[in-house]
Amino acid sequence: MNKCLSLSVFVLVIFFSHMCIAAKGVYQTPAAFISHSFVDVTPQAKVLWLTKEDKAVIAKILQHKFNRMRIRYWQAGNETVWVLNEIGKEKPITIGVHIKNNHIDHFKVLTFRESRGDEVRHEFFSQQFINATLNDDSRLSQNVDGITGATLSVRASTKVARLALWLNAKLTNSSL
Amino acid sequence: MMKKTLIASVLVGLFASNAALANQETDELRQVITEQQKALALLEKRLDETDQKLNAAADQIDVNTNSSVFANTTIGGYGELHYNNYEDKDAKVDFHRFVLFFGHEFSDTVRFFSEFELEHSIAGEGKSGEVELEQAYVEIDINQGLSSKIGLFLIPVGIINETHEPPTFYGVERNGVEKNIIPATWWEAGVAFNYKPTGGVSIDGAVTSGLEVGDDFNIRNGRQKVAKATAENLAYTGRVKYTAVAGLELAATLQYQTDITQGGVNFTAPIDTADATLLEAHAIYQVNNFTVRALYARWDISGDEAKALGRDEQTGWYVEPSYKFTEKVGVFARYAEYDNNAGNSASTAVESTSIGVNYYLHENVVLKADFENLGGASDSSGFNVGFGYQF
Repeated sequence: MNKCLSLSVFVLVIFFSHMCIAAKGVYQTPAAFISHSFVDVTPQAKVLWLTKEDKAVIAKILQHKFNRMRIRYWQAGNETVWVLNEIGKEKPITIGVHIKNNHIDHFKVLTFRESRGDEVRHEFFSQQFINATLNDDSRLSQNVDGITGATLSVRASTKVARLALWLNAKLTNSSL
Repeated sequence: MMKKTLIASVLVGLFASNAALANQETDELRQVITEQQKALALLEKRLDETDQKLNAAADQIDVNTNSSVFANTTIGGYGELHYNNYEDKDAKVDFHRFVLFFGHEFSDTVRFFSEFELEHSIAGEGKSGEVELEQAYVEIDINQGLSSKIGLFLIPVGIINETHEPPTFYGVERNGVEKNIIPATWWEAGVAFNYKPTGGVSIDGAVTSGLEVGDDFNIRNGRQKVAKATAENLAYTGRVKYTAVAGLELAATLQYQTDITQGGVNFTAPIDTADATLLEAHAIYQVNNFTVRALYARWDISGDEAKALGRDEQTGWYVEPSYKFTEKVGVFARYAEYDNNAGNSASTAVESTSIGVNYYLHENVVLKADFENLGGASDSSGFNVGFGYQF
């Protein structure tokens, strides 16, 4: 009886395995996130080249070295949009952040590639970032409650929010 | 009159020649400006081209970084060094766990994960340590909400069984309830499903190899660790987890095993079938910097042999409030009780009260210290210090 049950489960696994649906974890494309963020025409992508000093600040926010030389962004007036990747446990989580007047207006996990910790993609978690700004020490102005079992994904999401706000501030200050 | 006419003629001639000169200079200036405009346009074009080349070079560097032969293979790990000093034992220092993770993504929907562990620094005949394969499975995404695992994996039960990297919990040693009752860390071989019907709800099911206890019905010693394990009687595990509110986790696991003696292979005489049920439930709630964890676990084992030892019922529970003052410093207190002989009438429960601190040198590197007082069936106290890391 037990052996029959185990065999049935195994057969079901193999059966379903052949029905694999690709693109698991792509919840919105970056292009769709960007176009939805701007009311009028979507602006052209711009590139922010990073200095050695910038990378040092970014490494402090991310708690690891940042090897990229530049970051793409989209800007219209006082609004910027950033599509950033940060590793949760092993794979990068792609997150879109829309900032308006130095406050986070929209925060969304666009692609989640790991098998655990995907709770961060849900509204109950991401809405905690809305209206967040950056303190003087590059911390978020508001508390973000974690999710047990998704600690690394929560940590990655919080870092992305801080990084996007810092990049936005850098852009705003440099254009003054 | 003649003189005035002459002067006028000279002046007109002078003006005319000056005007001609000015016109010539203007033409020259126009020519210079035109040439400068051409040069500027050329420079602008070159600048655009340089920009394009620079971006192409940066793109190529990114591509090269991401397309390395190891791009789909991941390595991680964790480790912990402990110092234990209790009043009734010799003080010990122990590199308790050195763990390496290896993972590989075959495709977007099929991946491998493994955990390889060396316990107590050195393994071999007469040594304290063990080399263990704690996880080695292939996971398949069937669709966005459903995935399955085949291989050797951690049983979905408790708080620390699946997530036990040192920076993720308080206390130098893992708590006694999950260690002695559940028993963490607990892995088996088999197949498992994970289904997420809606945001924040997760359902797990697994059919795996089971425990094989000896004649003392000690749950922890019943782990076969998938080493030529007897698989006459399998275990069926189900878990429901709710995390749809930020900071909250509620979960319950039920496991049924048809016979945890595996037909009594370790017994000299025939024995009753010892079918067993494990019920575990826990809650975790985090509000701002305050977190509380609470867990209850209970085994019910049938058969006269387990009953005669008082081990037909084995239970434990704990409550652990903690507070994080800053990102670097957190403190906790824990009260725990566990009893592997809860089926008898004697007072055999171990009562543990702990307080301690975690200090994070980095979010992935932690120094720990705690004091523990043991009462009930145990009578001791002592302190532990240690450090742990994960990457």
